[in-house]
This record gives sequence, structure tokens and C-alpha cells, in this order.
Amino acid sequence: MQLGKIIGTIWATRKYEAVTGYKMQFVQPINSEGKNIGEPIIALDTVGAGPGEIIYFVTASEAVIPLDVDMAPVDASIVGIVDSINIES
Amino acid sequence: MILGKVIGTVWSTRKDENLVGAKFLIVRHIDLEYKPKDATVIAVDSVGAGVGEIVIVAQGSSARQTTFTKNKPIDAVIMAIVDKLDISVKEKQKETVVV
Repeated sequence: MQLGKIIGTIWATRKYEAVTGYKMQFVQPINSEGKNIGEPIIALDTVGAGPGEIIYFVTASEAVIPLDVDMAPVDASIVGIVDSINIES
Repeated sequence: MILGKVIGTVWSTRKDENLVGAKFLIVRHIDLEYKPKDATVIAVDSVGAGVGEIVIVAQGSSARQTTFTKNKPIDAVIMAIVDKLDISVKEKQKETVVV
């Protein structure tokens, strides 16, 4: 899983049937210090995160597991919103 | 998923027989301001996207998770056509570390 920050939202009415009802968010992957890592991606939001929030997302075919359908063309899903991060070293 | 723009179609008769009947669209990656990037991908259409439309492409094995692409050698599928984009958190891209 990766940390990310919600930087925007996408509206799409014409989409694959199984993903209706889920919001699609723009996520900028970040590291634990909050630095941008790589390009923004689009992830399906299964937890109701808002713009600017720090989240974590799962990719590849595991991204379909949080959905209540058994098949959906989704390769990234937001599965949690971060409360705090504690780094020891 | 990635954001892209449909720029064309690929016609091919000599191909893996599992791919017969698949419609291949060429999708160019675009950034959040719709500026085209260099990369393109050949994606199977599952929502009726046409040339010029802004679309969302799912890649990897998730692309096989549609009724049409199930058990087929397909790793990119167009799964949505974008109506509106709302970039609320604007920040200048400080330095982006490519992993």
C-alpha cells in the first residue's frame, strides 16, 4: 500500500457498471515525510475521503476487493484515511 | 487508474484468437491540465469511448475484471469517460522523485 494525498475529484457518468456509486479521486502519492513521489493517479474511494486528506491506497487487482462486486476494472482503491504517522528513526 | 485521451484506433487481423472482437483504442496519457505526455497505451474499450474523449484506463490484471476481457490477454481497459475534473488542492509540484 502507498500513502497519498487527495488533490482532486473526477465526475464520470458513463463508466463501467460495477463502479457506479463510488467516487473517483485524484491521489498524489507521497512518502512518510509528505514529499510527492511520482505522478498523480486515479483511485476509487471506498472510505469517503475529502480533498487535501492524507490517505492510503491499494493497487493492482487487490483494489477490487473492497468493492461489493466481485469483478470491476479497478487498479487503485483508497482503503483508509490517516489519523497520524509516527516515525521512530 | 490513469487519465488519458483517446487519439485513435488500432486495426489488427493477425492476432491472438482470444482478442477477436476486441476494439483497440490508442490512449495518450495526459496530465491534470490535460497536457499530453509522451506515453500511449492500447486499451480495450468497455464503455463506448470515441476518439477525442478524455477517459480513465485501468491497467494490469484488473483490466481482465470485466465481462468482455475476462480470461483474455488484455492488461488495459477504458473503464470511464470523464465528464468533469476538479483539482481542488493546487500546489506547485515541488520536486517529484520518480520511484
